[in-house]
Amino acid sequence: MFWKSTYNEFIKIAAKPRSYIGLGAITVLVGVILFAMKVDGLAYISFITASFEQTLSFQGNVLNGNLMAFIVLQTLIIQVPLLVALVTGDLVSGEAAMGSLRMLATKPISRTKLLLSKFLAGNIYTLVILLWLGVMAIGFGRLLFGTGDLMILKSEGLVILQSTDVMWRFLSGFVIAYLALVTIATLSVTLSCFTDNSIGPIVTTMAIIILFTIIGTLDVPVFDSIRPLLFTTHMASWRSFFDDPVPKQQIANSVIVLLIHIVSLLGIALYKFNKKDILS
Amino acid sequence: MSDKIVEVKHLEKQFGKIRAVEDVSFDVYKGDVFGFLGPNGAGKSTTIRAMLSLIAPTSGTIRLFGKELRNNRGFILSKIGCIVEKPDFYQYLSAEKNLEIFARISGSSVSSSRIHELIEFVGLKGREKDKVGHFSHGMKQRLGIAQTILHDPDLIILDEPNTGLDPQGSIDIRNLILQLKNERNKTILLSSHILSEIELIANRMVIIAKGKSIIQGNVSELLNEQELIVSFEVDQPQKARQIISTNFSPETIGIIENNMLQFHIAHKDIPKINQHLLDNGIKVFGIDSKRKLEDYFLKLVSN
Repeated sequence: MFWKSTYNEFIKIAAKPRSYIGLGAITVLVGVILFAMKVDGLAYISFITASFEQTLSFQGNVLNGNLMAFIVLQTLIIQVPLLVALVTGDLVSGEAAMGSLRMLATKPISRTKLLLSKFLAGNIYTLVILLWLGVMAIGFGRLLFGTGDLMILKSEGLVILQSTDVMWRFLSGFVIAYLALVTIATLSVTLSCFTDNSIGPIVTTMAIIILFTIIGTLDVPVFDSIRPLLFTTHMASWRSFFDDPVPKQQIANSVIVLLIHIVSLLGIALYKFNKKDILS
Repeated sequence: MSDKIVEVKHLEKQFGKIRAVEDVSFDVYKGDVFGFLGPNGAGKSTTIRAMLSLIAPTSGTIRLFGKELRNNRGFILSKIGCIVEKPDFYQYLSAEKNLEIFARISGSSVSSSRIHELIEFVGLKGREKDKVGHFSHGMKQRLGIAQTILHDPDLIILDEPNTGLDPQGSIDIRNLILQLKNERNKTILLSSHILSEIELIANRMVIIAKGKSIIQGNVSELLNEQELIVSFEVDQPQKARQIISTNFSPETIGIIENNMLQFHIAHKDIPKINQHLLDNGIKVFGIDSKRKLEDYFLKLVSN
C-alpha cells in the first residue's frame, strides 16, 4: 500500500502544472547565466583575476564548463529551496484545501504511510529538480565552454583544482545539497500538516529560511551559540568539497545537523498528521 | 436483518468549547438503507467523520462490522465506500485517473475493466478521459458514487449526496442508490436534511438534532400514516371546534390562526369530519395533513 500510495503521490506531482515551474525556472536562470558568461565572461574573469595578475600567470581555458557549473550552483542554490517548497509545501495543505485529503484519509492506508508516501514523493521531486540543475549547470556548461581546471576565488585565496579532480567534488557536493533541500522539503511538509491553506506553508518556509539566513550572516556574538544549529548554516556545505584539502569533519557535522533536522521535523509532522481532525 | 454492521453508542465530539455532537447512538443492520436525518448543523457530518476516523471522538464508541474502529481502522475502512459532504477529486486529472488513484489505496485489487464498468454504471462513459475540473457538480457526484464502490465495499456511506443537485440530478442519484441496494445488495447509510428524500429510499432511520439522536426505527413505523396532524380552514372556527370535539374526541384541538383548526386524528376520520362540518353548515376552504414525525421534523428544521 505504501509504494502504491507513493506512486499515486508522484503521479499527482507530475500532473500539477506548478511542478514544472521549478524545472522551467532553472532552465531559464541557468540559460541566462550561461548566455551572460558566453557574451561577457572574459571581462568577468579578468575582474576576478586582476589582483593576482602581477604574481600569477593564467594559462589555458579559465572560463570553462567547470567554472560555469560552480558559478551557476553558487548563484541558484539560494533559489532552489523556494522551487522545492512550492511543491512540497502544498502536499498536505493543498489537498486539505481542495478536500481530496478527506477522501484519501477514508481509505484503508494508515496516516503514517500516507504522509511518508507524500514525503518520499516530495523527495523524489526534489531529486529531479537537483538533477536538472546539475544537468543544466555541468552538462550545458561543459557543452558551451568546454572543460578545464577549476579556479575558485575564496576569502582565504585562490583555489585551483585540476579538471580531473573536479567531478567527484561536484557529485559529493550534490549529495550534501540534496540533503539540504530534503531538509527544506521536510520543513515545508511539516508546516503543511498544520494548516489547510495551500500558500501558508510555502511562504512560512521561505520566511524561516530568510530569518535563519539573516541570523546566520549577522556577525554578532549573541547568535554565536545558535548559528551552528541552524540548518541554513549547513545548506552551503556543498561548497566545502571545493576546498583543498576537503574539511571532512566540518562536512560530517553539517550532515549530522541536517539529518537531525529531517528526523525531528518528520517526527513532528507524523505526530500532527496522525492527530489531525480532518475537517476540510 | 440480524447482522449489526454499524453500532454507534453515546458519541460525543467537542471542538474546543463547541460541542458538535452530544449524544448520538444508532445501529445499522446488514441490508439496510439507513436514513441519517437531521437539520443542518445537527451533527450528521461530524458523526460520519468520526465513523470514518477523519476525526477522533471525544467520547463514546463506534463499532463497525463487529470491531472497534479505533483499533481496526484499516480493516474497517477497507469494507467501506463513502462520500463525505462532496466528492473532491483532483481537478487536474481525468475521471479515469482519479478512480485509478483511489483504487490503488482501496485495499483491494481493482482492475481497469472494473473501473470502466463503474464509469458506465454511473453514466459517465465517454467522459472518462476528461479532466474532472470540467465536470458539473452532478457528474462529480456520480463519479463519487463510482469511487465509493470501486473496491466492492459492504457498507456505503453517503453524506448529503443530493446537495447542490438539480431535481433531475437528485433523481439520478436516488436511482443509483436504489440500484446499489437492489442489484448489488449493499448496506447504505444516507444522511440528509430532507425527510421526503429519506422516506423515498430508506427502510430504517434515525433523527438527530442539536447533536443528539432523538428517535430511530423503521421508516414505515415512524412515519405512521394512521396518526396525523390535520388542519382545517373553515369560516366558523369556534363552532367547528365544538362539533369536532363533541363527535370525534381528538387528542388535542386548537385554533392556530384566525380560521384554522389543528388537531391529531386518524387518517380514516378526515372525510367523516369534513362531511360533519358541511352538514352543520360550516364551509371548509382547505384541509392539510402532516404525519406526527413529519410535523416534528419540520419544527426542528424551522428552529
